[in-house]
Amino acid sequence: MSDTTEHRSPVSITGLAADDPHLAPAARRPELVERVIAVTFVLGLLSMLGFGWAYWVNAKAWIIGATMGAGLMFLGLGLTAWGKYLMARGPFVEERHALASSKSDRDALAAALVERGAGTMQRRRLLGGLLGGGVGVFSIVALFPLLRSLGPLPKSTLFHTDWTKGSYLVDSTGRRVHSTDLAVGSIVTVYPEGTENTDRGQAVDQTVLIRISNESFTTQRGRESWGPQGFIAYSKLCTHLGCPVGLYEQQLQMLVCPCHQSMFDVTDGAVPTFGPAPRPLPQLPLYIDSQGYLRSQSDYDQPVGPGFWERTS
Amino acid sequence: MSDIATARGRQRSRGRYGRVSQVIDEVDERLGVARGTRTFLDKIFPDHWSFMLGEIALYSFVILLVTGVFLTLYFVPSSAIVTYHGAYKPLDGQKVTQAFASTVNLSFAVRAGLLMRQMHHWACDIFVGSIVVHMARVFFTGAFRKPRELNWTIGVTLLTLAIVNGFLGYSLPDDLVSGTGIRIAYSILLSVPLVGTYLAFWVFGGNFPGTAVIPRFFILHVLIVPAVIVTLVTVHMVLLIRQKHTQFPGEGRREDNIVGAPMFPVFMAKTSGYLFIVGGVTALLGAFAQINPIWQFGPYDASRISYAVQPDWYMGFLDGALRIFPSWELTAFGHTIPLEVTIPAVIFPGLVFGLAYAWPALERFFTKDVAMHHLLDRPSDRPVRTAAGSAVFGALAMLFIASSTDVIANFFHLSLNTVLWAMRILVLVTPIITYPIVYKICKELQGVRGAGKRKTVNVVSRTEQGEYVATPAPAFSDDVADELEPTPVPTFIEVAEVSHDGTGVRTVDR
Repeated sequence: MSDTTEHRSPVSITGLAADDPHLAPAARRPELVERVIAVTFVLGLLSMLGFGWAYWVNAKAWIIGATMGAGLMFLGLGLTAWGKYLMARGPFVEERHALASSKSDRDALAAALVERGAGTMQRRRLLGGLLGGGVGVFSIVALFPLLRSLGPLPKSTLFHTDWTKGSYLVDSTGRRVHSTDLAVGSIVTVYPEGTENTDRGQAVDQTVLIRISNESFTTQRGRESWGPQGFIAYSKLCTHLGCPVGLYEQQLQMLVCPCHQSMFDVTDGAVPTFGPAPRPLPQLPLYIDSQGYLRSQSDYDQPVGPGFWERTS
Repeated sequence: MSDIATARGRQRSRGRYGRVSQVIDEVDERLGVARGTRTFLDKIFPDHWSFMLGEIALYSFVILLVTGVFLTLYFVPSSAIVTYHGAYKPLDGQKVTQAFASTVNLSFAVRAGLLMRQMHHWACDIFVGSIVVHMARVFFTGAFRKPRELNWTIGVTLLTLAIVNGFLGYSLPDDLVSGTGIRIAYSILLSVPLVGTYLAFWVFGGNFPGTAVIPRFFILHVLIVPAVIVTLVTVHMVLLIRQKHTQFPGEGRREDNIVGAPMFPVFMAKTSGYLFIVGGVTALLGAFAQINPIWQFGPYDASRISYAVQPDWYMGFLDGALRIFPSWELTAFGHTIPLEVTIPAVIFPGLVFGLAYAWPALERFFTKDVAMHHLLDRPSDRPVRTAAGSAVFGALAMLFIASSTDVIANFFHLSLNTVLWAMRILVLVTPIITYPIVYKICKELQGVRGAGKRKTVNVVSRTEQGEYVATPAPAFSDDVADELEPTPVPTFIEVAEVSHDGTGVRTVDR
């Protein structure tokens, strides 16, 4: 083998002579590489000065970021090149010693565990059992109150909204909706009066009110009195994952959920016609009182929003 | 003239290495670390570009910690309602939560605040991405085999924690987009059979949205999950040092050695340079690529929604699964199981990560290979593993694409129904066709071992008599070794028999 191949075979770095070719720079022309790296370091230094200046004068965020990023890039590229081209070229080799201990060491450990530890336990089974029982009870007792204190129990809160018999329908500003307010084809998000600015009102009670025609509108059999003067109201919570069903496609009479594209047929009890939603949007029965205001006949006849274990249907 | 009086004399009295020796003496007498540190400095790191993928993950995590600490100085984790009066005029006078107001504020009023926020967000996307790519490298080269199964398990856990913490952090600003994400997370918790409502109520401290979730997500995001990540990263590194790095096979590389560059100074220089480069890329992204402009989305209001909103990329596969899964809700015996949520968002990710956790054991069981492995596989040498991994990645990639069905339908002027069915079919078909194709490619590559690598060159020279002589040049260590076993050529390629006519010239029939 010639000299060129000699120093390409891996050696151990420990105790290598200072003039060993493995310790020579990897680059063929180290002076040139050194000059290039010097230039990148100078650019990095200048960028960092620029970064300091930009920060000092509170320049725009992109200028601060650009100077810092450029500085880091130049320094990083220079340093990497330094390591790759100017440091010992190697290759070096290291022996991989067996990870495992000797058989006698392992036997000694096993003996210590079994004879000293388990032996003691076996002679004092009662004590061991009592200790284990105490710790076990503590773990269970500690776990349950910890979970329990995280929040209230669901109880029946998921089954009801704040809509009750006679609730006024108000818009997000709290204004009561009057039967003369909406033209045919318009839609508005309504809440039971008093909840329009609350988290619960927005998250649970939100309802879409659509004026679909001028005459009483029946969306499904059994709901003949729910849509006076063409006003119909559905829960705005998608039955898939509870996103607000915010898009009203007037031409197709569809309510569309922008999250996962479920579509509900407004004219047919909001039955899902497309997408992952499994159930129709619950409909809110409405009536118009003697002064012409829209009010709810009752709460929804089923829980609103996505499905959960305790739901019965 | 005494020895002590001159500088050279003082130097001599300290020994050959001067002050350094002195410091080492002082430290070693107390801690006894000289020998171990020397071994550590001599530690050899194998050289291959794919080994730096994990470094990207580590360094983007460092950036996350640094920028994250900056953000905590200004972010207020509270759902209390305040009226916004700040630098961003379009929001002036609006009632928003403190979390939202402080995020807008730190973006506009704090020096370099916007940069830090964008760097933090970009570093997170890079963090999760580099973990996935690093994991793919480890998987396809078989680096998870004995003795490194535990480190693989830790790695999968780290990926899970990174995704979870990414989601938690994304939720904190309480803007319209992230609030919708939290709402969906709540509904996913609700969908868990038997205990779902309890889970949801305990995580959120009551019915959605409540005021507990932002402070809770905050402490999880900035303390608890990062603490676990830091611990596991430390164990990950300690195991790496203890078990030493794997290496690809090659000349002089054996199961019982490591060939490469020493820790000090070569690897240290390269890896510190790499930290700077990762930081530089993140800073440039933070400077020039806008990410998550929450002031454009507005504050969260559970009854409002925006259009064409996709989550951060690492949640995409879940969102895609939720979009394309059919609406199969199960109602029986007075109970409801929303399978259209439980299956894609709970059971499916559980299966994917469960498969990742179980893979080393599965492979050991089926291949009966219980030996130690320090030399890596070429992916083509393990066609079944490579094909299986590619199939899973293919399916996940399709689910990722499915998370933007609405955008695709809009962009290509297709009906949503067409896109939905196309994605449903693609998610199922992609792994089925990926597997045999990748398997076949692996087999083909086995037949052309060394293709694309540098062969030993022949130096052709002309003698004085006009005769041309070819002399093989000396081999380099990364050349294809001569002693490699010739691999059988794939059967469907017809190889003509080579005949020798005694002159030393080979003739091949064409």
